[in-house]
Amino acid sequence: MKNHDLVRQSRHLASTLAPFLGVVIVVLLFQFYAPDQPMTLQTWRFVAVQTVVVGLAAVGMTWVIMSAGIDLSVGSVIALSGVSSALAVEAGWGFSGGVLAGVATGAICGAYNGLLIVGLRLPPFIATLGTMGFYRGVAKWVAANESVRPEDATGTSYTAGIAEWVRPVAEGQWLAPAVWLLLLTTLLGALALRWTVLGRHTVAIGSNELTARLCGVRIERTKVIIYCLAGLLAGLAGVMLFGRLTVGDPTSAVGIELDVIAAVVIGGASLAGGQGSVTGALAGALLMAVLRNRCTAVGWPNFVQEMIVGHIIILAVALDQWRIRRTRR
Amino acid sequence: MTRPPLLEMLGVDKAFGATVALSGAHLRVEAGEVRALIGENGAGKSTLMRILSGVESADAGTIHIAGQLFSPGNPQQAREGGIAMVHQELAVVEDLSVEENLLLGREPSRGGLFLPGQMRDRVVSSLALLGREEIQPSTPVSQLSVAERQLVEIARALVHDAPVIVFDEPTSSLGSQDIEHLFEVIGRLRQDGRAVVYISHFLEEVQSVADTWTVLRDGEVVGEGLISETTTEDLVSQMIGRQLEEMYPQVPRQRGDVLIEVRDLKTRTGLRSADLTMHRGDVLGIAGLVGSGRSELLRGIYGLDAIESGSIELLGKPHRPDPTASIQGGVGLASEDRKEEGLAVDLSVATNLTLGSFSARHFFSILGLSKEREQVEVWIDRFGIRTWGPDQSVRTLSGGNQQKVALARLLHLDVDAVLLDEPTRGIDVGSKAEVYRWIGELAAQDKGVVVVSSSMQELLGICDRIQVMHRGVLGTARPVEKWDEHSLMVSAVGGEEAA
Repeated sequence: MKNHDLVRQSRHLASTLAPFLGVVIVVLLFQFYAPDQPMTLQTWRFVAVQTVVVGLAAVGMTWVIMSAGIDLSVGSVIALSGVSSALAVEAGWGFSGGVLAGVATGAICGAYNGLLIVGLRLPPFIATLGTMGFYRGVAKWVAANESVRPEDATGTSYTAGIAEWVRPVAEGQWLAPAVWLLLLTTLLGALALRWTVLGRHTVAIGSNELTARLCGVRIERTKVIIYCLAGLLAGLAGVMLFGRLTVGDPTSAVGIELDVIAAVVIGGASLAGGQGSVTGALAGALLMAVLRNRCTAVGWPNFVQEMIVGHIIILAVALDQWRIRRTRR
Repeated sequence: MTRPPLLEMLGVDKAFGATVALSGAHLRVEAGEVRALIGENGAGKSTLMRILSGVESADAGTIHIAGQLFSPGNPQQAREGGIAMVHQELAVVEDLSVEENLLLGREPSRGGLFLPGQMRDRVVSSLALLGREEIQPSTPVSQLSVAERQLVEIARALVHDAPVIVFDEPTSSLGSQDIEHLFEVIGRLRQDGRAVVYISHFLEEVQSVADTWTVLRDGEVVGEGLISETTTEDLVSQMIGRQLEEMYPQVPRQRGDVLIEVRDLKTRTGLRSADLTMHRGDVLGIAGLVGSGRSELLRGIYGLDAIESGSIELLGKPHRPDPTASIQGGVGLASEDRKEEGLAVDLSVATNLTLGSFSARHFFSILGLSKEREQVEVWIDRFGIRTWGPDQSVRTLSGGNQQKVALARLLHLDVDAVLLDEPTRGIDVGSKAEVYRWIGELAAQDKGVVVVSSSMQELLGICDRIQVMHRGVLGTARPVEKWDEHSLMVSAVGGEEAA
């Protein structure tokens, strides 16, 4: 009995650590290839901030994917939330007004996704494929088809302090506040998945929706909440993106949904639902950010990064499948 | 010189790590013989058949087909060598037609072009041999019933002229009428000179279909002989290695208040009319053919199937059928389909066991995981679930143990009204006796139980009252003493008037 527990625990640990191990391997490989371009503490700070947008959205996406769903509208939600955050700041609502506007926008978008999926019984892929276009259109509309650039009296761009959250290196800070926010969100997301009724129901729906229904799980309500939470986190990511760009750009974050999904999958989630890890998704996001940073550092062009990242995803999933087949035996 | 048997397996050993699955097992089937292979879950029947069908390779031993040494390296080779398997879980592709299914994997073709016409005669004659010439080869399998799908699998063996046909629990998803038809088909295969291996938990079935028997226990052959020279008690004690004291233990109980009162219930899924009164301390049986509306009745009461008209009262108050409301009101359902609906097989024993008990709680309630574990361990103990711990995934448990998890969940919910849909389907004799005992104990604890089952014997053994479902209409309840297997069958086939 104890022996089995031990085996299981160590396997669990191994699959949680695997993506982090991937990060270490990537760093070591580049260290070996280009010893003159080491990962300094400063570089880590930059990479960490670059992970924030994808990482925040990946926490929500992990929940969605674990419920056997998918959210393709994440990129558009991030852009729309960034725009509404910028508009709020422009309107003089200040820091908390800006953050709240972005987060609320994201939550509303997510809830709409959930309602479409549940109400019209649409496959999540189709519902969010549709809203992906819709939210992008809304973003361009409310931003009057150009970037929203809040300015102060002197004409310099103004973010009511949101930009300071994502500034990698600031006096007297060890990590940017946004990175702390990401770590806290990940921690909460991971704990809630295991320790709350909502988390348990998410896993149950993803693993076998019929069983969940039989056991009295409120499938529809649970799904709407999951998509709403994912939207909320995408909204937060949108606020952070506004901070980095200092403008609310309705054409930003195009295609970022694929990075988010990739991070979740590299982190050990199964698109069939029921399996996944929030901390793993964070590691997946970090892995991709590190890889991009290192490729740039050694002077490889963008397309090389894309080619490598593509195969990292394939490798991660192949390894996972292999691991599952072995444990099933 | 006598002809060699069509199938002969000798001295077959197989171990998985430290677990010995088979040791020196043998099996011999002549042409025109139906041999029953019986044993409890985990006795090694499946492993032996997986070796025969090329899924696993044996550590030692030989297989001869019609005297020829046969060592399949993979399932494809086994099929080509003349071994056909008809599985418990039907292996048909729903989106393809009957004909495409029959020819799947061995499509007649030229230059990559599928030419079904070449085999049309064989397809048609195979279906005719099974007595179902009315099934059109072009019909999509998704339009066929479960019984017809199984016939498609059997026909597949005939199309390819397989001399050895293995039936693995073929009746677990069939109603009694279809079962009789299946036996007729097996009779035809016997006349046709095939060697048939028939694996089943149902001893009454074995006795009506097989000529000879082989019992496996713990990977060894513990006995074999002629069906005509043996009794059920013999076979059972061979299987479990001890005398089965009593298959249907009688637990004393007293019928109490009305729990659920159903009036003229009609669902959108096929139940046309049902009246039923469920009492505390009472076991009510629902007999009937598969597809007659038995499951729909339970699902309607519980809230899984949409209701068109009629009323349900729970403890004298109108009941809104909805799974969450049912659980809160003290109604629990065990689904007939363990793998698809009853259990989330990829999740752990603990998660499955406790899943229903959180539905009433608030979404953001915090779970007490260590407390949950303690409770789960108590259930594992009490039910004798064979597992290495609460974290084991349900997929890796045997059928009997999976069913125990599903039933333990109901008890964990502490419901008063227990709805059981085919609670003993596909589980071994030992586990069955335990399930029967729990049903009796539940009633003795003043709970009410409704059991839907295809086994008349089982219903007659455990119920206080029985009602028969016929084409969506539920007959009146009669005490069990007023029923016998014959009258149940007549009512199931012909409805109340016929009986």
